[in-house]
Amino acid sequence: MNAAMIIGPFLPAYSRILPQSADYVRVLPEIVLSIFGMIVMVLEPLIDEKKSQKVLGGIALAGALAGLMATWLMAQSPGMAFWNTVQIDGFSVFFHILVTAIAAVVILTSYEYMSVQRIRAGEYYALILFGAVGMALMSSAIELVLIFIALEISSISSYVLAGFRRREASSAEASLKYFLLGSFATAFFLYGVALMFGATGSTNIDQIGKTLLAGPIPLLAFAAMAFMFVGLGFKVAAAPFHVWTPDVYEGSPAPIVGFMSTAPKAAAFAVLLRIVFVINVPGKFWLIWISAALSMTLGNVGALVQNNVKRLLAYSSIAHAGYLLVAFAASPGLGTSAAMFYTAAYAAMNLGAFAVVSHFANAGERYVNLEDYEGLGRSSPLLAAALTIFLLSLIGIPMTGGFFAKFYVFSAAVKANMIWLTIIGVLNSGIGAYYYLRIIVAMYMRESRRDVPVTPVPTALAVAIAFCMAATLYLGIFPGETLRYAQDSAQQLVQSSAETPASTAPLIVPATLRP
Amino acid sequence: MNFHLILFLAFGAVCVGGAVNLLAQRHPINSALSLIAVMAALAGEYLLLGAEFVAAVQVIVYAGAIMVLFVFVIMLLNAGEEEETKGSRVAILFGVPGMLIASVLMAWVVLRHSGTEAVAIGALPGNPTDLAQLLFHDFLLPFEVTSVLILIAIMGAVVLASKPDSTAGKVE
Repeated sequence: MNAAMIIGPFLPAYSRILPQSADYVRVLPEIVLSIFGMIVMVLEPLIDEKKSQKVLGGIALAGALAGLMATWLMAQSPGMAFWNTVQIDGFSVFFHILVTAIAAVVILTSYEYMSVQRIRAGEYYALILFGAVGMALMSSAIELVLIFIALEISSISSYVLAGFRRREASSAEASLKYFLLGSFATAFFLYGVALMFGATGSTNIDQIGKTLLAGPIPLLAFAAMAFMFVGLGFKVAAAPFHVWTPDVYEGSPAPIVGFMSTAPKAAAFAVLLRIVFVINVPGKFWLIWISAALSMTLGNVGALVQNNVKRLLAYSSIAHAGYLLVAFAASPGLGTSAAMFYTAAYAAMNLGAFAVVSHFANAGERYVNLEDYEGLGRSSPLLAAALTIFLLSLIGIPMTGGFFAKFYVFSAAVKANMIWLTIIGVLNSGIGAYYYLRIIVAMYMRESRRDVPVTPVPTALAVAIAFCMAATLYLGIFPGETLRYAQDSAQQLVQSSAETPASTAPLIVPATLRP
Repeated sequence: MNFHLILFLAFGAVCVGGAVNLLAQRHPINSALSLIAVMAALAGEYLLLGAEFVAAVQVIVYAGAIMVLFVFVIMLLNAGEEEETKGSRVAILFGVPGMLIASVLMAWVVLRHSGTEAVAIGALPGNPTDLAQLLFHDFLLPFEVTSVLILIAIMGAVVLASKPDSTAGKVE
């Protein structure tokens, strides 16, 4: 008598209780990334330390690429999984691709950095992969409890990664600061979840949206929204919860800063998009308006006086969080697609910029000040050219991804009649141009005053930079494809929520710039 | 006023008293002991509300395991009596009124606006069967994903606590 005969009569009951194979397919990227993370962990003590850099990095890279493939499989079966805790739609697929691609680029960037800085490899790559698990899950989870756990996975891996330059006091400071303030912010988020449960009797985002739409909105829901915004605002480094950013970015390893400033932010923005547009609590408008205006202004003004390039880019990332938040105050359809496009473009250009910075920093990250970049245009023209393109994209010059990202966000804001916020945003972009240009001017128009060694660019890093550059230029010259995808999935997302479908009229693109 | 309510208020008083004492005590070990009182009293409150499983877990996990950890940490750090600094006086100056305002506001919101009616004791799900149904069915994925969270937390602690290799990360 075999097992099938015994459980045969109970099969219908079992199939109700047990997760189906479709459930597993819908979390396949997370499963694949976790498995590769564990392989890296297990192999680390078995491999000779001299070889471990290359081998473990290779396995981690294979893991990230396998995660991308798993995402493709996952995209074939959209729907809910695990009893309405996970929802796979165009929106979550978009952020899955973004997060795993970021992880792959960061792993490529880290190859050289790790050996130059002499950092042990094993846990480093495993933490990147596990962090990606959390971030990917944040984008597909529609259950606040699951979102909280995924957020913690992404945060804790970032806290540890920030402290990987073990010999530097500044890295320990970054890790500890990030950990203490981050735990505080997560507690805010969790409190918000609890209050939301108190207000609506559910922790499922769809369910909460329906409950709030059906009846009078309890006062608790406003408090819940505010608390959750504090928690997520910290994670995306939006003002007034941004104070940690410069110190943490300055102390952390440069490739990790590239990672921290893009992947967890993208995931937190994905959560915020779902919360803001699906739950749709009134009162969020001013919350976001003020935070967006503050982030843009404080970020850009703070960046003006920075001399350390990592700090400068930290303030710039605060400013970019502000631009992105502008999209959240717009109408759901336009706002979501503009925000999605912006996160992708921002990830490409910022990762690229930090890849260049991490190569240039050299052992012990000695060369991270503006003076060190003087004369780089002559001593290393290709590297300087790449950095110039990323910086131009961060300014928002046409032909780069940054231009269309800003353009879509601001046009969504104008359509929602937020003239003042748009004016603040455009003025801030002008201020922003100054400090990005300062780096470019230093590279091309100044003679090198210090003896800064320029090492040849290794293949892995060259691939990473080339990929970021290709993505930046692709989004700047042919934004149509990505934007259409973002608009479609935004429409899906908005329609799946209980509210009336928003206008999804195509954005006006100036004729000359139309792809 | 029935006996049930009297017990509920008594446990509540112990709970609040313990919490205030926790803050007022100078020596960390005294604070830790009053935290045990808070945890035990909370377990009593849960029991009175008909959540016997949560009450048992509260005693085992919080009053048991977590408090032992607290005491160990205090012992290992050899923490002594804390001194009153300028900062702590400022914290009291702003913290006490701030806390009062926050709790009054919270009480007002909960009492006046939450729109929840009184529920009979034991009417809400809280027994082990209900919890198992939630934990291993409805919340199966969050439950499983927690293992990744614990794994990276352990890994992170090992990484950050290990001695940096003599060769690693050194600036030549």
